Amino acid sequence: MSELPEQGQRVGTLETDNSKTVEGVLPEGWEMVIGLEVHVELATTTKLFCGCANNFGDEPNTNICPTCLGLPGSLPVPNKQAIEFAMTLGRALNCTVLPSIFARKNYFYPDMPKDFQTTQFEEPTNAEGFVQLPNGRSVGIERAHIEEDTGKSTHLGGGGRIHDATATLVDYNRAGVPLVEIVSHPVMHDAETARAYVAELRDILLATGVSDARMEEGSMRVDANVSVRPIGNDELRTRCEVKNINSLRSLGRAINYEARRHVDLWTNGEEPKQETRHWDEDGGRSTSGRSKEDADDYRYFACPDLPPLTPTAEDIAAIDAALPALPAARRSALAAAAGVEIADTTLTVERGLDMLVIGAIQAGADATVAMKHADQNLSDGQGQLTLESFAALVVMEVDGLLSSTQVKTVLGELVANGGAPGDIASSMGFEAMDTTELASLLDGIIATSPDEWARFLEGDRKVQGHFVGQIMKATQGKADGKVVNQLMTQRANQG
Amino acid sequence: MSGAQELAASIRSGVQSAVAVADASFGAINERDDEIHAFLHLTKQRAQIQAQAVDDAVANGNDPGPLAGVPIAIKDNMCTRGEPTTCSSKILEGWRPPYDATVIGRLEAAGAVIVGKTNLDEFAMGSSTENSAFGPTRNPHDTTRVPGGSSGGSAAAVAADFVPLSLGSDTGGSIRQPAALCGVVGVKPTYGAVSRYGLIAFASSLDQIGPFAQNVTDAALCFDVISGHDPMDATSIPNPLTPTLPTVNDGVAGMRIGLVDELMGEGIDDDVIARTNQAAEALTAAGATVERVSIPATIYGLAAYYLIAPAEASSNLARFDGVRYGQRVEGQNVAAMNVATRSAGFGDEVKRRIMLGTYALSSGYYDAYYGKAQRVRTLIANEFATAYESFDLLLSPTSPSTAFEIGAKSDPMALYMCDVCTIPSNLAGHPAMSVPFGVGDDGLPVGVQILAPMLEEARMFKAAKALEDAAKGMS
Repeated sequence: MSELPEQGQRVGTLETDNSKTVEGVLPEGWEMVIGLEVHVELATTTKLFCGCANNFGDEPNTNICPTCLGLPGSLPVPNKQAIEFAMTLGRALNCTVLPSIFARKNYFYPDMPKDFQTTQFEEPTNAEGFVQLPNGRSVGIERAHIEEDTGKSTHLGGGGRIHDATATLVDYNRAGVPLVEIVSHPVMHDAETARAYVAELRDILLATGVSDARMEEGSMRVDANVSVRPIGNDELRTRCEVKNINSLRSLGRAINYEARRHVDLWTNGEEPKQETRHWDEDGGRSTSGRSKEDADDYRYFACPDLPPLTPTAEDIAAIDAALPALPAARRSALAAAAGVEIADTTLTVERGLDMLVIGAIQAGADATVAMKHADQNLSDGQGQLTLESFAALVVMEVDGLLSSTQVKTVLGELVANGGAPGDIASSMGFEAMDTTELASLLDGIIATSPDEWARFLEGDRKVQGHFVGQIMKATQGKADGKVVNQLMTQRANQG
Repeated sequence: MSGAQELAASIRSGVQSAVAVADASFGAINERDDEIHAFLHLTKQRAQIQAQAVDDAVANGNDPGPLAGVPIAIKDNMCTRGEPTTCSSKILEGWRPPYDATVIGRLEAAGAVIVGKTNLDEFAMGSSTENSAFGPTRNPHDTTRVPGGSSGGSAAAVAADFVPLSLGSDTGGSIRQPAALCGVVGVKPTYGAVSRYGLIAFASSLDQIGPFAQNVTDAALCFDVISGHDPMDATSIPNPLTPTLPTVNDGVAGMRIGLVDELMGEGIDDDVIARTNQAAEALTAAGATVERVSIPATIYGLAAYYLIAPAEASSNLARFDGVRYGQRVEGQNVAAMNVATRSAGFGDEVKRRIMLGTYALSSGYYDAYYGKAQRVRTLIANEFATAYESFDLLLSPTSPSTAFEIGAKSDPMALYMCDVCTIPSNLAGHPAMSVPFGVGDDGLPVGVQILAPMLEEARMFKAAKALEDAAKGMS
């Protein structure tokens, strides 16, 4: 331990005060306590302990070998890429990477070939980190450990679950796929924060490239541990673990349902049973699964087939050096460059437009205008739009060379096909209107709208739209509204 | 049949054909194995193909390898592609692995001819080869007696001269003790020296594959072939190993050898102690200095072993659930099928150890049992390390007694005591071997054990050869 370098916090700070209640979800005086366990499949080329391909969707039982089938005599050998991905994820979650030990979690299940899962128990690879959410709050992470996935069972007959099935088919392609289980502290108190946390995790996974993080394909699986307590109390009451949550929407619904169920039980003088529950998205409710009252004794012990993982200071430094910019840092950078609040940068960063905007600002573009385009006009990403052309377009817009309608049109063309904004504007005939021409047009409209002009002179700015509208109509939108405003002010000052 | 080294030499030089040697081996097995029951399964077709390939290589002027045409028997807990591999358990009856253990590939690459799979105590749990679902193996020196275990079939196959070499596995003495009882050489290498890939695990942190041979030189030759790094086994030692065969005749002059006090008293038969003292004298006569040394923690070895080994076994044997391979007994649901399959498929001793191990790992008992046993293990390793600061090798009896009567030890504890001298090396991960050294009062073979520090097999074989030479002079 002492030989490990100082692994400083890379980003932001840890705040633990996430206390907040959502009105309308729980009765007055109650709060939820939510901790999430997120399983993430690592996007490695091969499985965690053998050379079989790690491919989703292949023909069942084609990516298998003695090791991932748990055949007698087979042995596991750790996959270097999986270990590196797990450490990368740990560092991206602001965790400390520690020497770690693989352990066996012993229980019988037909899709688990060895009837034990190789995981990490007392000594996980990544410990104590946090995720910073766009709203500035942080969610503490207890650990992010490496483990192997199980096979996939398909239960035939009955309700599609093991206890009433007539037969079960098992696909072992998934057995041995590397997972990282990210365990949060129970520090979230509303479904919205839980959703924001999972969304942020997904963005981090995509940014680091360690997982494709698809909830619907199961490469990112969220289990929610939910309990409730009276506000002002810091006890942890009996929790239920809700599984089978397949989308962010389900996550919010499942948490709210479960918390409400607990409050109802406590209010009726009953106590929730500690158990695993199954979220039924169609029915909008959770149903009882495996009881944890006679909790399984998993008889964890260090796996004798796998030596401890002992990353060196150099290994960790190399992981840190290769980390890409992460969402939280990108939001901070954008907020600083554009002079806006961090909360206002979320959309732009999610769309991956932050570098474009920051670059354009540095190249002389107006920050507000650049951010406006990123928010409103680039919802499908930047396409063929380059930093230079984006900056040039914003400058043209601010200089009044193009109307806002024209800017949108040119921007659309730049995204679709690229090019230089000046050339595109010319080819579309978007020459800026001559100011003298606009001035004479304005004079004509003033002449035909004396009442409106009088109100404008009296300070009624609402009639401004009348004049701008008339000019736009006359010029078929080619006029720049801002220039018209300037001309009107000039005219008024002239008396 | 001559020794492995001479056989390989005569086959490589075309004096004998590998096919003829394999036939002779099968002939000897055919003649006497009904009585001994060393083999569970003969791999005649595979042997035929391999022997022919060796002969073809010789005919074409190619080198078939250092074990050219040498017949070898394999303990039936090592996977052989397409051939039955049962661990002497009903639960694996009928299973044919789709792959070869690493040692199998290395042996065949060196020209060895695998003739069959040998009997063992079910899942290597036992010291007499009586706990086999397919019946006991008998000691070739006296067929009313056990051959020792758990690798009794492999020991008996060499002792009966069916084959010059065989492989066993040693978790707590399962190579050395049967070697002693059958009067052959048996080697438990350094943990990690020989790949475990394809060895069906009993206790993964203790299991190690090693050779049986009729003489020390053949054991060294076989060890050199099967040892070395294997990327398929994460516990395999990555560094290249020193070959042992070139120095096997170098003698013990100047070596400091410690005779382990704790293994020379209570619980060890007088005739065995007498032979071990004679072995110490023989080493002294050969130029070594022998002194007594105390390694107090060895007396806790047995207790620690019977927590650690069953604990690992309880996890390793979970996979025999009837879902994917081997026997299945149907039940109303998956859990009932698991229970019915395991109840019918495992023998009593296996069930006993699964229960012991499950208990030792249980929440609330882990620290008192498994945790404490691991601390004893560390203590034993530390005491060995201290002893090896003053000594090059250690010496002790291999087994407390010579071969006992079949059925004589019905109490499990009495059988567990058979491994008292051998277990400490497994716990420490060090190499150790048994060498025949005369006979006991009953005229049956006695083995003495040579223990060495980590990866000092070459040194161990030198002392073993010196004892072998001295024993020849005695008789």
